[in-house]
Amino acid sequence: MNKMDTHPLRRSRAFLTVFFKEVRENLRDRRTLISAFVTGPLLTPLLFVMLISFTVNRELDKAEKPLEVPVIGAQYAPNLVNALKAGGVVPKPALANPEQAVREQQADLVLRIAPDYAEAWRKGEPVQVELIYDSSQRDSHTPVERVTDLVQHYARQQGAMRLVARGLSPAVASPVMVAKRDQATAESRAVLMFNMLPYLFVLTIFIGGMYLAIDLTAGERERQSLEPLFANPVPRWKIFLGKLAAICAFSTASLVICLVAFAVVGRFMPTEKLGMEVDLGPSFALHVLLLQLPLIVLLGALQSMVAAFAKSYREAQTYLGLLMMLPILPSIALMVMPIKPQNWMYAVPLLGQHLGILDLVGGKGLDAVPLMLCLAGSAVAALIVALVTMQLYRSERLAISA
Amino acid sequence: MIEVKDLHKAFGAVKAVDGVSFTARDGEITGLLGPNGAGKTTTLRMLYTLMKPDRGQVLVDGVDAATDPLAVRRQLGVLPDARGLYKRLTARENVDYFARLQGLPEDELRARRETLIEALGMADIADRKTEGFSQGQRVKTAIARALIHDPRNVILDEPTNGLDVMATRALRQFMLSLKAEGRCVLFSSHIMQEVAALCDRIVVIAHGRVVADETPDALRAQTGEANLEEAFVKLIGTDEGLAA
Repeated sequence: MNKMDTHPLRRSRAFLTVFFKEVRENLRDRRTLISAFVTGPLLTPLLFVMLISFTVNRELDKAEKPLEVPVIGAQYAPNLVNALKAGGVVPKPALANPEQAVREQQADLVLRIAPDYAEAWRKGEPVQVELIYDSSQRDSHTPVERVTDLVQHYARQQGAMRLVARGLSPAVASPVMVAKRDQATAESRAVLMFNMLPYLFVLTIFIGGMYLAIDLTAGERERQSLEPLFANPVPRWKIFLGKLAAICAFSTASLVICLVAFAVVGRFMPTEKLGMEVDLGPSFALHVLLLQLPLIVLLGALQSMVAAFAKSYREAQTYLGLLMMLPILPSIALMVMPIKPQNWMYAVPLLGQHLGILDLVGGKGLDAVPLMLCLAGSAVAALIVALVTMQLYRSERLAISA
Repeated sequence: MIEVKDLHKAFGAVKAVDGVSFTARDGEITGLLGPNGAGKTTTLRMLYTLMKPDRGQVLVDGVDAATDPLAVRRQLGVLPDARGLYKRLTARENVDYFARLQGLPEDELRARRETLIEALGMADIADRKTEGFSQGQRVKTAIARALIHDPRNVILDEPTNGLDVMATRALRQFMLSLKAEGRCVLFSSHIMQEVAALCDRIVVIAHGRVVADETPDALRAQTGEANLEEAFVKLIGTDEGLAA
């Protein structure tokens, strides 16, 4: 046996040597830098905020801004029209063919008041007003509800006045009332909207480490530098661990930048207007980082494994592109079938992080048991994938470029 | 000293190396000559433990490559067939990387590196990133990083491949200086003039087997040909894959 190999200092140096060399080399690569530190981590927060702001403002606009509605037969029901005006509806001149106008999206909805409205009103008979709209048009939903509510409100008001005029209490007409008691908190309402957030974090980690993972295995083989590297007296698993650490360093940096961006940008999100409350501050960021740590290792090892299978840089890129679809699964699964989170689910990599982050967004905080399960489950998975990749590194084929 | 005993290696049904034995001694240059596809690279790959032989033994300074591959790699300086450099690192950084992987202390590393940069005449390129290096500059850098740990045994796989006349001459001089330092130099080539000009001993490989293992003079005597080229053609049975 050679003395050098048993020297503990030397042993750790090979790992660090590989780590520092890979970090230094990739810090010199503009494409890797931009994707790991700019586009990857910053694009998602920006897109997310834009999306949320857009949605929020759209909803708010619809609830408050004047609503133009063509009214047919407005002259038969001036009081009703006045009530609608008070509710923000701007009556427009009548249309000759309201059905066609709605189908062709010239108008979201049209209100039609029959000529016998005034006659029936005087007799105290129920009268009908027609709302013409197309429910397959997403845009029509909110205006239809608004106009319906206004008409019904007017009807209840007039009904109550008639009862009072006849000496009866208006309460007689409504024996049962529903009182809604929504248990949603401002935070829990946010969860629905922030369902994609965990996926965005995973995506950031994935993109942050991707170019390194490709470069350090498939790339190095393609450039024919893996064979001389393996001629050095360092076991291949140590080389792999050094490379894995470099990948993880980049993806962690990516995630940290992303979390900081979310913390900053979260302050400008108009969520409170929708009765939501979201805290993406330092405590949230640190918890997410902790949850994601084992996942960072798992994804890095997985990316290395896939890249080691590939014969070339391009092939590795293709495979990793497909692998990127994997983290979206928990998000989709939970959207399609909302299930009550059980403790064991936290131990499933990706799913555990997903649930944990939603807990954090929902303001519930994360209990110790789910947290530990999440960390342990992903750590075990990371270990297994790392061991498999190490095994792959030992194959003769890996070093030899075709 | 490198001792190779009855090496076998097959890829599927193809027997790439089929019973190769030879010895490369210290203070000598041993040439592994053979046409393309004769099994030279595969043989060398088994020597520096990149591949495991199906059968046979490799001893480097008496250490068995199968039982202690790390010790063997420490005693070898290898210029493999694949000589990719890290193009975003400078030549110096490339050399330093391998030096640290060899476990060289920093002060020793600096002294040794500067000696090699001087000996290989690469002072002008040492601090340039290796992207865009010429073939000759690349080989120099690859040799510097292969020899950074001052190995007793040096394996060079087709070292002059792709080099121009001047670079080839310089490299041959360098190999002779390695020999003068008492090292064991083993290199492969398919260029007979190169082998004839440099070697103390020539191992001729064809179809995965050793067909001759002699000094250049003995080789001429054995085949009865005064001209080495004719001697090789006679040994290999064909002139296919050989270059003058």
